[in-house]
Amino acid sequence: MAGSTPASLSADAPRVGAAAPRKSRPVTPAREAWRRFRRHRLAVASGIVLIVMFAAVALGPIIWPVPINDIDFAAKLQGPSWAHPLGTDDLGQDLLARLLYGGRISLAVGLAAMVVAVVVGILVGALAGMSSGRVDAVLMWLTDLFLSLPQLPLLLLVIYLFRDTMKGIFGVEGGAFVLIVVVIGGLRWMPVARLVRAQFLSLREKEFVEAARALGASKTRQVVQHILPNALGPVIVAGTIDVAAAIIAESTLSFLGLGFPSDVPTWGSVLRDAKDYLDIAPHWALFPGAAIFLAVLAINFIGDGLRDALDPRRVL
Amino acid sequence: MSRQYLIRRLLIAIPSLLGISVVLFAVLAMAPGDPFEELATNPAVPPEVRMALRAKFGLDDPIWTRYLHWLAAMLQGDWGFSFASRMDVDKLILQRLPVTLIVIGSSQILAILVALPVGVLAATRPYSVFDQIANTLAFIGFSLPTFFTGLLLILVFSIQLDWLPFVYRTDIEAKGWLFYWEHIKQSIMPVAVLGLFQGASLVRYVRSSVLDVIRLDYVTTARSKGIGERKVITKHVVRNALIPVVTLVALQMPIVFGGAIVTEQIFRVPGIGSLLISAMLANDTPVVMGVTFVFACLVVLFNLIADILYGWLDPRIAFR
Repeated sequence: MAGSTPASLSADAPRVGAAAPRKSRPVTPAREAWRRFRRHRLAVASGIVLIVMFAAVALGPIIWPVPINDIDFAAKLQGPSWAHPLGTDDLGQDLLARLLYGGRISLAVGLAAMVVAVVVGILVGALAGMSSGRVDAVLMWLTDLFLSLPQLPLLLLVIYLFRDTMKGIFGVEGGAFVLIVVVIGGLRWMPVARLVRAQFLSLREKEFVEAARALGASKTRQVVQHILPNALGPVIVAGTIDVAAAIIAESTLSFLGLGFPSDVPTWGSVLRDAKDYLDIAPHWALFPGAAIFLAVLAINFIGDGLRDALDPRRVL
Repeated sequence: MSRQYLIRRLLIAIPSLLGISVVLFAVLAMAPGDPFEELATNPAVPPEVRMALRAKFGLDDPIWTRYLHWLAAMLQGDWGFSFASRMDVDKLILQRLPVTLIVIGSSQILAILVALPVGVLAATRPYSVFDQIANTLAFIGFSLPTFFTGLLLILVFSIQLDWLPFVYRTDIEAKGWLFYWEHIKQSIMPVAVLGLFQGASLVRYVRSSVLDVIRLDYVTTARSKGIGERKVITKHVVRNALIPVVTLVALQMPIVFGGAIVTEQIFRVPGIGSLLISAMLANDTPVVMGVTFVFACLVVLFNLIADILYGWLDPRIAFR
């Protein structure tokens, strides 16, 4: 969306809201965005689904205190029942407990990788957008280079090469977590950097920034106070989509057996274990797959809703 | 399209290939582990011998000399030797590459065959029921990870219905038509998984691209000249709307390769994707590096093809 400038939401808000003049609360950008977001019914429904999922993985282990590695061969490969609402796997371990635990990892990886991607993207994009000339050219060349890297093979390569070192530094689970988050984030910052740069290039020539400059605002202040807040709309949307992409990436790694250690149940690794028992225990594969699908779909719909809510050109 | 554009575009591909090779080499060089590590624990090998070996194979050279050596070897086709398969890496990859290219190629064709009509139809009737259904299905399509769709298809078509085989076999004994039929039958699911995933995101691009073009004045002109709606869409709108879509197809290639790795792994297709995974699980570093480099080259190649097609489709950018 190069060149499209989401002018400050507050500037547009009075015009949009003017249809129903009310002398009540002032219209802030956040409230206006919320009003527009609510129009996207699927996005709101997805938001509720996602909140339920987050609550489930955060509080679930308290309400459902079954250990994730409680082996019970008498109950192996059972379908859903009262004792095991989502059934059991080939060792008789409770799937609900394992999926609740795995959901923590999957969602945490998604959010953390998004933060890495957005922070790096904003830094690179802001630097390129503010310093035109050679720095800009080099940074954009770097961005294009990263865009033309084959993501999954490189992701697999880095994890393959560095797995053991990270295990030594941060422990088994921590090492895998840090490595996966950094690598997924480090390979997904490019779209954000491009968006931020394009926004900066047009915003920094706007009158309000010029006014700030004339008043003697330092470059940092110009960026942090005036330019960045106005460039954030598309970044938030891209960041939301990044969470979904990171969840898929992490599940893919675990599914291929190169993510978290195999005894840690993430959604991807439960699916990986289940794939050899598809004929006798389909529930084992269906539940983790549905969990990934539901989380990703909900996040994508929320991203779509945010796109509508934060794009000032769209009248809602 | 001018020849200058072609040459310039070809020349631009070289630095990006070099850049990718630098990234790959840097990852390899930064990685822990020493090829002579085992010798260090072997009491029969004195440290001096180990050091001499290191010096002989250039492990103590400055990093850029090592990079140049590595690059020169790669360019000469000396890609190393696979420990697990006991053969040269380049031969191994060449053996596996055609399968991957066929699967990826046919899935791209499937994606375009699905996305083009659906996207155009949705854009010509914006916000209709058809548009909303197509949009929702597209969302579901690219929110379903390929490994899950693959398992779902196996569950339905191989296990429940028993129509299609779920393991890709290279040793089919049938002759003539039956041979091709067996091959098509076992390729249906991998191609469908990749193609539908790709097609789902493509639908949205086609739709928005057609929507951008359909409002332009020349389309109104074409209509007012009395050209039938069908002809306006196919001859006037779609041809111009496809220009950005071509670039998007190429820019999606890295994602498609990622999907190909997963699909090959699920259906045990003997392509370079499953080769990569098995090499990683077997700690076969030369193969891992080789396959990653091939994937990188393929991505650059498709970007190149996209740009050339772009210049051919859109004469406005050729003389810039």
